[in-house]
Amino acid sequence: MSAGFDWIALTEFAAIGLLSGGLLALIALGFVLIYKGTGVINFAMGEFMMLGAYFFYTANVLWGLPTWLALALTLAAVALAAALIERALLRPLSGQPVISVLMATIGLASALHGGVDAIWGGNNYEMPALLPRKPFTPGDILIPGQIVWSFALAAVVIAAFTLYFRFSKTGIAMRAAASDPLTAYVLGIDVRRTQALTWIFAGMVGAVAGIVVASMTSLSPALGGAALGVLAVIILGGLDSIAGAIVAGLIVGLIESLTAGYLGGKVRDIVPYAIVLVILLIRPYGLFGTRQIERL
Amino acid sequence: MNQAHEQATLLQVEGVSLAFGGIKALRGVSLSAREGGITAVIGPNGAGKTSLFNTISGFYKPQEGRIRFEGRDITREPPARRAAMGLARTFQNVALFRGMTVLDNIKLGGHSRLATNPLSALWYLGAPRREEEALRSEIEREVIDFLEIDHIRHQGVASLPYGMQKRVELARALAMRPKVLMLDEPVAGMNREETEDMARFILDIQEERGITVLLIEHDMGLVMDIANHVAVLNFGEVIGQGTPAEVRANPEVVRAYLGVAGAPSSGAAAGATAEVLS
Repeated sequence: MSAGFDWIALTEFAAIGLLSGGLLALIALGFVLIYKGTGVINFAMGEFMMLGAYFFYTANVLWGLPTWLALALTLAAVALAAALIERALLRPLSGQPVISVLMATIGLASALHGGVDAIWGGNNYEMPALLPRKPFTPGDILIPGQIVWSFALAAVVIAAFTLYFRFSKTGIAMRAAASDPLTAYVLGIDVRRTQALTWIFAGMVGAVAGIVVASMTSLSPALGGAALGVLAVIILGGLDSIAGAIVAGLIVGLIESLTAGYLGGKVRDIVPYAIVLVILLIRPYGLFGTRQIERL
Repeated sequence: MNQAHEQATLLQVEGVSLAFGGIKALRGVSLSAREGGITAVIGPNGAGKTSLFNTISGFYKPQEGRIRFEGRDITREPPARRAAMGLARTFQNVALFRGMTVLDNIKLGGHSRLATNPLSALWYLGAPRREEEALRSEIEREVIDFLEIDHIRHQGVASLPYGMQKRVELARALAMRPKVLMLDEPVAGMNREETEDMARFILDIQEERGITVLLIEHDMGLVMDIANHVAVLNFGEVIGQGTPAEVRANPEVVRAYLGVAGAPSSGAAAGATAEVLS
C-alpha cells in the first residue's frame, strides 16, 4: 500500500474490462436488432444464448461432430427456432399493446428455460474451450487469451452486421422497414419478411454469444439469466442504437472489471447498475437512443 | 360527358365505402384514373381524400366496393404486392427514411424490382451485382438526372430543404417504374418557384413517360392547369367530376367549397368560388 499506486494493476483491470465489454456489446446487439426492427424488447434473449449453447454442446460433444459443422448446424437450428417463434408467437401479437408482447417474450423465456431443463437436465456441463487460452502479455500486464479472442469475435460479428445494414440490399430494406413500416410497405418491401429476418439474425447473434460464454464458463440453464445483466448495457446505450450498444458494452465491462478488481466480486453486480441509474437520471433515453422512445 | 371517358382506365375505384367505427370516411366512392392522364382529387379538409389514397394503396380494406388495377380486382392484395404491380405513391407528410442518403432512399424505390435474398450480398460478383448495377444506372439516368437532383445524391435527406425532400420522395416513387403514380399534395407548403418546378416534373412524367397520375391537391391553380380530369370529394362522397371547367361550374362543388347551405346560384357566391377555384 505504501509503495504508491499500482498503475500496472489498473491498466490490467481496465484492459480486461474493455475487452470483456465486447461480449456484452454482442449480446446487446441481439436486443437492439429486435427492438429496432420490431419495437419489442425480447426478454428471451438469454434463452436464445442458452439454446445456442445447448445445441452446440449436443452436436459437438454428444454427437462428436467437428466444431465448424456443429457451429453451422447450431446457427441453422437457432435460425429456424427464431423464425418459428416469430411466426407463431410475435406475428399474431402485432398491433397488440407493447406490454402484452413483453409478457409474451417473458413467457417464451420460461418455456425455453423449462424445455432445456426437461431435455438436458439442470446439470453443469463442461464445454470444450473454443478460444485459445494462451495469455497476451503486452508490457507488464497479463490478459487471458479467451478474453482477447472473445472480443475479436464480437468485433467481427458486430462489424459484419454494421456493413450488412449499410450496404446490402436486404440490410437497407430492413432499416427502412424498421424506421417506417408503412412507407416501406408502399415501396414493395415485405415488412413481415424483414421482421422475421430480424428475429433470425438476433437469434444467431445470441447463439454465438451463448456458445462463447458457455465455453468460457460452463453450460447450465443459468446461462439464460446472463443476458438480463446486459439490460443495463442496452438501456444505457439507448435501446435502438447499435453504436450505443458498443459504447455502453465497453463502459459496463470497464466498470465491472474495475469494481471487481478494487471492491471485490460481490459489489461487481451492483455498481454498474447504480452508475447506469445515475446516467439515466440525466439522459433518460440512453447515451445514443432516440429521444422520444417509449419507456417501460 | 367528354371524350376522355372513352379512354382506357388503368385504375378504377368502384363504390368504395370505408368506415372507422361510426365514422364514414368514404361512402360509395367511384372514380377512375384514365391511362396516361392526370386525374386530380380535390375537396375540403377531412373530405376523405387521403383515406381514398390509403385504400388504393392497400392500408385500409374497404367494407364495400372494389379497387381494380388493369382490370384486375386488387381489393384484397397487400400493399407490397400492389407496389410490385406498378402502383407508387408519395405522402402528404414527406415519408423519407431520415437516417439515409438521397441515393439510398431512391434505390429503395427499385427494391421490389430486384430479386431479393438475404444472402445475395455474399455472392456479390454474380447476377445480383449486375442487376444492381443496371438498376443503379437506370436510376441515375431516368430519375436523378431527370429530376435534377444529382448534386444532392450523397446527402442525408434530413438536412434537405422541404421542397427538395418532396422531390426526393417523387424520385423514389419514380424509381419504382410505376404505371400509376399517386401524389398526395405534391406542392403543399412549397413556394411559387418550387411549385412551378414540381408542376413541370409532373407534366413531364405524364407526357414523356406516359405514366398515369392521380393526385390530391389543394392548390387549385395547379389542379386547373395540369389535370385532365377532376373528382371532387366532400364528406366521403364524390359530389362532382369532369374536366376542370365542368367542375368549376358545378353548383354542388361551389356549395361545398363555400359551405353555403342551399344558395349555390347566388351570383356573389359563384363569383367568389370562381376565384377560389381559379
